[in-house]
Amino acid sequence: MIYNLPFITVVLLIAIGMYAIIFKRNLIKIAIGITIVESGVNLFLITLGYREGGVAPIFTNLPPNISPEQIPEKMVLPVPQALTLTSIVIGVAVLALILAFVINIYKNYGTLDANKIRRLKE
Amino acid sequence: MNWMQHLPAFIIAIPLFAAFLTPLIDRINKKARNAFVLIAMAITFILTIILFKEVLEKDIITYVMGAADPTQAIPKQAAVPIRIVLEIDGINAFMALISALISLIGLIFSFAHIEERGGRFYTLFLLMVVGMLGMELTGDLFNLFVFLEIASIASAALIAYEFRRGSTTEAALKYIIISSLSALFVLFAIGLLYGEYDLLNMAAIADAIRTTGLSNIDKIALILFFSAFALKAGSAPMHMWLPDAYGEAPGAISMVLIGVTQASLYALLRICFTIYVDSMHVIFPAIIIILGLISIFIGVTMALIQEDVKRLIAYAAVAEVGYILLAIGVGLYGILNNEVETYARKALQGGLFHIFNDILDIGLLFLVASGIIYITRERNLNKLGGLAHSMKYTSILFLVGLAAVAGLPPMNGFASKIIIYESVYKVSPILSIVAILGSVVMLAIFVKIFHSVFTGPKITEYREVPKLMLASMLILAGLIIFFGLFPDVIINNVVNPAVNALIENTDYISKVMGW
Amino acid sequence: MIKTVGGYWDPIIWIIAFIVIFILAYMIRAIGKKEYRKGEQIKPFLSGMEEPSKEAVHIRASNLYWGFVEALKSYYETMKKMHTGIINDYVAWFVGITAIIFIAVFIVGII
Repeated sequence: MIYNLPFITVVLLIAIGMYAIIFKRNLIKIAIGITIVESGVNLFLITLGYREGGVAPIFTNLPPNISPEQIPEKMVLPVPQALTLTSIVIGVAVLALILAFVINIYKNYGTLDANKIRRLKE
Repeated sequence: MNWMQHLPAFIIAIPLFAAFLTPLIDRINKKARNAFVLIAMAITFILTIILFKEVLEKDIITYVMGAADPTQAIPKQAAVPIRIVLEIDGINAFMALISALISLIGLIFSFAHIEERGGRFYTLFLLMVVGMLGMELTGDLFNLFVFLEIASIASAALIAYEFRRGSTTEAALKYIIISSLSALFVLFAIGLLYGEYDLLNMAAIADAIRTTGLSNIDKIALILFFSAFALKAGSAPMHMWLPDAYGEAPGAISMVLIGVTQASLYALLRICFTIYVDSMHVIFPAIIIILGLISIFIGVTMALIQEDVKRLIAYAAVAEVGYILLAIGVGLYGILNNEVETYARKALQGGLFHIFNDILDIGLLFLVASGIIYITRERNLNKLGGLAHSMKYTSILFLVGLAAVAGLPPMNGFASKIIIYESVYKVSPILSIVAILGSVVMLAIFVKIFHSVFTGPKITEYREVPKLMLASMLILAGLIIFFGLFPDVIINNVVNPAVNALIENTDYISKVMGW
Repeated sequence: MIKTVGGYWDPIIWIIAFIVIFILAYMIRAIGKKEYRKGEQIKPFLSGMEEPSKEAVHIRASNLYWGFVEALKSYYETMKKMHTGIINDYVAWFVGITAIIFIAVFIVGII
């Protein structure tokens, strides 16, 4: 049960983020919602690679109590960490772009209310 | 060093490298920058042609990024592919060819009107090309996600390029929010598959699903992939971002964005036809067909009432996506029911040929519309009129595009649509009825544009569009007429290898897994 | 020539047929009525009123297909309501379609 806790958190984070994107009308809150969904997905990836009692997968920096024979079993998986790092970097770029757009929209429309930002419709 | 061996990597690396060199050259000289970007894009296009020929003559090409021996997909000590593998079979090469061609034409068009802040424009343009080509060449799921995001970010920034008009930023914001959310769905699905199989390579995952059968987690991943890529491909009823984005994008970007959506369509094809096809339930082709029908219907009916010229064409683009989805869905349905030779092969042939025709026809119309907006500074159909008096060439080119997109014989749109009509008839006559009705309304839509923009009394004296714009439109019109008059040449040499790659899906897997 | 499921399509044959039929039609037209008076018979007749200038009668884009849109009014009202232009609704459509596919797949899977 305790090991399912991260997955429950993932579901909660994605649900909260989705709620913010669908029901909140403030553009900044929508941007926050996207970030929360992204954190959920990143947490999911990290959790996939976790092993009970595992250490960081760096061969040259192993703790002394691990013998070389135990290496693959005692390390957490490195691939999900690489994926998460990439995903975080992409997320920062997306968030920066969204916020830049929000600033420009505020300059042009004078509001951040999604209900009023609808010159393009039908 | 064998250069041909590294061909797939060059196709991605050259525009990527050129993208970051462009701002530097922009500081020195504007003309040199244009020449540099054009040369980089032309080289990329030529390389995709060579790649296509290589795939036709030899076999599926695999390229392992960063390995000592780039042809060996699985390292000696391992049982599965570990590094990022680019894998190119008929369908990949086909899509890459289309994307590179359309980007080159769009670039020539852009030279005519992008003056201020050109360095940024071309950097983003090349990054978008990198995203498109990367999505179409990669054989690795996570790599697909990365290129999807590169393409989304670059194209969102390009949509907002004319940022002083507020509505462009609105369209770009909608586009980036919806596409980053769908990319997160894709990433979550990739995580599910990775957690189950410890694999990221598409061929290896397909092999694993084949041996273990379809679990519930696979189904969830499939649904997430499916809806995310269907959204990015612009199928109704998730199409609302598409008219906004296409309608507000500057100049030729509207046309190149079709290439970005078609890269997502390719991802959908790869996931449905290679990874999941053996254990797929028949409900999935049914869903694709339904989405296609809804897209055709909503696309044409909504296009009829639009007043903004680019937005109207964008709704027609939704309908065209519907035709492609309809054909693909029928093809998948036929494959699942073991009726490949009766109609599935023909349906896929029509669908893939229509991918090419869609981007040429709608692309030409977008270019004409962009040219008109550039000259008249007016995008409302109610205020335009009588332009044929001063723009003779543009109006003739528009007529070519109109006939092609409405599927009038002997244009290319008719050639692909007749294959689609007759093959989907085998599944249900209702499908062909909706498709033909959609085509009829499509003709009505474009007659509306032609009537209100080109005919009527002369309102103001305008000049003809710039020569570079005309040149890029002429290339497209020439391709349309060539495809229309000799559809057999294109189908036999370009489309059929892609269709074979979709139907004989085990080749893609066995090339990497080595069995 | 490309083969379709039911037959074939050859644009060259189509063009030849088109030209032949066009020439035939043109010949029939050339026989024509002898009493046709050029210039006079093509004028519109509006119950004896003066014909308005061409600028005044050019139909604008939004008036074209007025009847079609009027006949499908209820459909277009619903469609306009659907296309709100609010970003939250776009996301809601996306999530909703995903949920519908989930339900469809898993219920069909159970049955």
